Amino acid sequence: MTAKRSVTVTVNGETRTGEAEPRMLLSDFLRDTLGLTGTHVGCEHGICGACTVHVDGEAARSCLMLAVQADGAEIETVEGLADGETLHRLQQLFSKHRALQCGFCTPGMLMTALDLVRHRPNLTEAEIRSGMAAVLCRCTGYEGIVHAVAEYASGGER
Amino acid sequence: MKPPRFDYHAPESLDEALDLLADSGPDARILAGGQSLVPALNFRLARPSVLIDINGVAELAGIEDAGERLVIGATTRQRAIETSETVARRVPLLHEATRYVAHLPIRTRGTLGGSVANADPAAEDPAVAAALEATMVCRSRRGERRIAAAGFFIDVLTTALEPDEMLIAVEFPGIPDGAGAAFAEISRRDGDFALAGVAAQIAISNGRVADARIAACGVGPAPLRFRDAEDALLDSACGPEAIEAACDAVAASSDPHDDVHASAAYRRQLAAAMARRALNGARARAGGAA
Amino acid sequence: MTAASPAGYIGRSVPRREDRRLLLGQGSYVADLVLPGMVHAAFARSQLAHARIVSVDFARALAEPGAVFALGGAELAREMPPIGGMQVTAPKGWAERVDHRITLPPQNLMASDRVRYVGEAFAVVCADSRYAAEDAVEAIDAGFEPLPAVVDPEAASAPDAAVIHPDLGTNAVAELHVEKGDVAAAMASAPHRIRRRIRHHRYAAMPLECRGVAAEYDRRTDSLTVWSSTQVVHWVRKELAFALGMAEEKIRVLAPDVGGGFGGKGHVYPEDLIIPWLARRIGRPVRWVEDRHEHILNAAHSRDNIHDAEIGFDDTGRILAFRDDFIVDSGAYSPVGAGVAYNTTAHLLGPYHIENFAGGTVVAITNKTPNAPYRGAGRPEAVQVTERLMDIVADTLGMEPADVRLRNMIGPERMPYDVGLPYRDGVPMTYDSGDYPASLRRAIDEIGGIEAFRERQEKARAEGRWLGLGLGCYTEGTGVGPFEGATVKVDASGKIVVSTGACPIGQGHETVFAQVTADAWNVPIEDVVVLLADTSTLTMGYGSIASRSTVTSSMAIGDASDKVKAKVLAVAAHLLEASEADLELRDGRVAVKGVPDMAVSLREIAAAAAPGWLSRRPEGSEAGLEATSYYEPPTVTWAYASNAAIVEIEPDTGRVRIERYVEVHDAGRLVNPGLADGQVKGGLVQGLGGALYESIEYDEAGQLLTGSFADYLLPTAAETPPIEVVHMETPTPLNPLGVKGLGEGGAIAPPVVIANAVTDALKPFGVEFNTLPIRWQDVRAAFDS
Ligand SMILES: Cc1cc2nc3c(=O)[nH]c(=O)nc-3n(C[C@@H](O)[C@H](O)[C@H](O)COP(=O)(O)OP(=O)(O)OC[C@H]3O[C@@H](n4cnc5c(N)ncnc54)[C@H](O)[C@@H]3O)c2cc1C
Ligand code: FES
Ligand code: FES
Repeated sequence: MTAKRSVTVTVNGETRTGEAEPRMLLSDFLRDTLGLTGTHVGCEHGICGACTVHVDGEAARSCLMLAVQADGAEIETVEGLADGETLHRLQQLFSKHRALQCGFCTPGMLMTALDLVRHRPNLTEAEIRSGMAAVLCRCTGYEGIVHAVAEYASGGER
Repeated sequence: MKPPRFDYHAPESLDEALDLLADSGPDARILAGGQSLVPALNFRLARPSVLIDINGVAELAGIEDAGERLVIGATTRQRAIETSETVARRVPLLHEATRYVAHLPIRTRGTLGGSVANADPAAEDPAVAAALEATMVCRSRRGERRIAAAGFFIDVLTTALEPDEMLIAVEFPGIPDGAGAAFAEISRRDGDFALAGVAAQIAISNGRVADARIAACGVGPAPLRFRDAEDALLDSACGPEAIEAACDAVAASSDPHDDVHASAAYRRQLAAAMARRALNGARARAGGAA
Repeated sequence: MTAASPAGYIGRSVPRREDRRLLLGQGSYVADLVLPGMVHAAFARSQLAHARIVSVDFARALAEPGAVFALGGAELAREMPPIGGMQVTAPKGWAERVDHRITLPPQNLMASDRVRYVGEAFAVVCADSRYAAEDAVEAIDAGFEPLPAVVDPEAASAPDAAVIHPDLGTNAVAELHVEKGDVAAAMASAPHRIRRRIRHHRYAAMPLECRGVAAEYDRRTDSLTVWSSTQVVHWVRKELAFALGMAEEKIRVLAPDVGGGFGGKGHVYPEDLIIPWLARRIGRPVRWVEDRHEHILNAAHSRDNIHDAEIGFDDTGRILAFRDDFIVDSGAYSPVGAGVAYNTTAHLLGPYHIENFAGGTVVAITNKTPNAPYRGAGRPEAVQVTERLMDIVADTLGMEPADVRLRNMIGPERMPYDVGLPYRDGVPMTYDSGDYPASLRRAIDEIGGIEAFRERQEKARAEGRWLGLGLGCYTEGTGVGPFEGATVKVDASGKIVVSTGACPIGQGHETVFAQVTADAWNVPIEDVVVLLADTSTLTMGYGSIASRSTVTSSMAIGDASDKVKAKVLAVAAHLLEASEADLELRDGRVAVKGVPDMAVSLREIAAAAAPGWLSRRPEGSEAGLEATSYYEPPTVTWAYASNAAIVEIEPDTGRVRIERYVEVHDAGRLVNPGLADGQVKGGLVQGLGGALYESIEYDEAGQLLTGSFADYLLPTAAETPPIEVVHMETPTPLNPLGVKGLGEGGAIAPPVVIANAVTDALKPFGVEFNTLPIRWQDVRAAFDS
């Protein structure tokens, strides 16, 4: 049973199948098996949040799930946010508020913020700071991120 | 930081899961939310031969209002507890404490049963279970055991569960009318495990404390319930002096450790400080106050 | 962006070119690279702080499924020398002025006979996947004979300590001393003297992307391509060429998108050489992606000083003499030499006029991870010492800390100011421009004024609330040499293509250098192509360390542009049959002044300048529109800043909450104010992390106690206060753009600013916070004292 199994997921609306040993992390499956390297890996123990994706509509750490556990799941990654050439509004706001520098935390930040805003109405700045504390950024000092999420939340999209 | 090799099973029924657990030997591990187990796998600190993933066992998830008790299935996500109106109303202490567990994307996966079975001394859910004298419903192929919190949490990451046993649900007594509950915690950063966290629930009737429950995480090898502190409050008017006496008792009965985050002496001070906050919060929320 | 307004990009917050790909998840980091036939490397790392290697056996490891290759440090040492040119040499002007004894230990690429810190690699394995490689590493049978671990840097330099590098005969591998004036006499006659021990702890750059190296060897052409998550691609190539015995031109080193570096990726690491060697040896591409545990164990740590400082002053708060002797815990090796240690000494005087000064340093080897520069590179330690002392002087005299600072500050009328010490580039330190007192006054104003604060503080204390105000000022040498290169060309499409040795790690270099180039050429910014961090685009480059790239690369770009523009004008004059003096460059065309219709485009000029039958360049002129320049700065430009913060302390927990944090920062003219702001703020939050959260801890056996992100605490958005940055822009006279460097500055002051604020808050208890990090438990304990 340590042998590879077939795993089928719907990623960003597309059905994708790949092989995975039971021990393969979902983060590695997305990145290496499916080639979706937009999801980043910064710690592999649940703290940095860079690997955050949506699993069945809710944000989760892809480094703390096995790929086999995602079999049959709907997954959304950063690659699915833009509409063709048009950046998602939150992506645009990240750029506007200079919420990214090296960009390594950015995918996790985006996916976490979308989940936060979708499930928590009327966020205060303190709640945004606490909600976004789920993801570490070493570059920006967070200010731009907080502003981008605040503007997005107040726009109430999605 | 990649997990070692293991066999993996994803049973769909409880019986199947219990059979697997009984037949797979002592090195098998249950995989619930994975938010504690998978990091341990990634560090190769955990080396199970077999993982039994119980996420597909439908009967293990759910929140059931059973009159006096609220029965919460083991694989109920912490996120579901946090967003449950029923939990907020019936077991407000658990509801409030859950917000202190890690971060939202971790609570998406993390389960109540996983937290209780894992018995991390700094975890919130076990402290709530200890404070409220929750009952752990444990099942194996050999049958079912109902274990009170006092007998369930034994030591650091150690519970009364036998290797072939699974926690299937936790039963919490509903909050009595007029009682107030509060959870107070300090951690180094937002979402970190507690340096000290205190769960308190007080019932006041006719201006006197009729029932008091105080337990803490982070300040002992297991969640600690503080009977001395409860006694200091019982029958009092819950005034500042009684609360100070209870806080002193909490500090005295704590059994903290030293690590890079805090000294034992400091944790003891924090236990008292959090007890003060929790008790003041619980008293303010309790009806029938003096 | 419209093409209508080509010039004048400098000084505007132009949106970043980098953002789009990064937001879309289309950035490409080393861990994203997939090379055909690639194998994955994993290292076996010591679990002991100090031990002799007795045996290393790979039989079981190689039998693991998927294992391809394994090698130990001793075998590798026979194939490749220790990293050679890593140790920055001492420039002449420095060596003559600073007493020094430096004998730094060589570092084998992997431990061959002994391991000297927990995390040091002693073997490497390649396998079909990282999973399999880790399985194989676990199956290596290695035997060690433990040696006593040397953990305390003071004990390490004691004469009876176990010597970690026996060949050197001592753990005190460097000693430096520099002096100006007559400290002994001035100290002896000073009306007041205070001495303090001040400690700056060990913490690290900790970029969110760990390190990583991938390499591919082409047997047919005997050439190597190497992708490294590094800030110094040219340096990596230089060391590789030496270690592998290959021509530099046969090696191409690229840094793809890099997820932060902050100095932690600013030197050549053993893996930068081992992975390419493996690719050549095995004949398959090799990728190594460091994991977080490995990163914390093995990537350089930083800071970690113990200072014994003494200061003499008079009744008015004037500083008469300042002496500081300190020890640097270097860890097991010293990858970039004693430069950081001297940087500390050179920044001790800060913005103050102090006539008598002496600085002495011992660099001690211990059984810990090597210490190397991290954002600030020796300055946070210096500034902690000086700025704590300023507060203690004030306290001793019953003065306001701000007044002691203003009493000693160098006024703008004294610029340029001769400090009286050499910088580490060997040139006498000269503060070039700025108004230090104005900066401090501004910071105080921004935070609401001292008097208003004291009133508030008084009232709060009466209510049992504990507020404190902390100040901190510093000067920072930026834009250091030795050089940076740039190649500028106009290609056949008429676009201006620029390459420099800068290696971006998130600062927005592509945008900033496009702005600089667009202004130099008076073209729309879209017409500028910027190529970075790729040795194939530039012969010699230096890299992005030490707050230097905007200064040095911009100058090299400007100089190379001037050379190419001269050619462009010559060709255009020839084509238009006009005099060069009558021509102007604008909107990507060269036109006759006042006759916009008489013009040729850069594309036409490029075609005319090309060699060959169709060339239409002036007779006798060289073909092509391309030039390379190497800018060698005369010395550093001096940025500076003043900080002010207000903290509140929770008395029942000792938790320190930062209410406000202000930095007034002057880095000369800003090319892109928005990005500059982001650099400073990001640095400030790293400094706050160092003040309150981040600490690398070892036990007495040299075991690392903070090997995960659960124990090494980076601040999150929730711990981070709103940060206010005010930019003053005093241009430096040292370069035509007037720019100074600013990548590091933010990280310098916060540790001492918070220490000062906490000490101020707890003044009634008489406790000084002279040791970092500031622990809540110590703050809490102050209430019991
Ligand atoms: C970054 C981070 C921060 C965190 N912070 C906190 C925090 O502040 N407070 C806190 O309480 N927790 C915290 N956690 C852990 C918490 O999120 C975990 O979810 C929880 O402790 C374990 O629940 P789980 O469902 O994920 O269990 P798993 O990780 O799946 O399992 C944990 C252990 O319990 C066993 N187990 C699981 N379910 C059962 C069962 N039904 N019967 C018997 N044994 C079982 C498993 O075999 C395993 O040994 C944090 C985790 C992360 C990654
Ligand atoms: S990589 Fe998953 S949380 Fe850091
Ligand atoms: S932008 Fe670099 S880590 Fe956030």
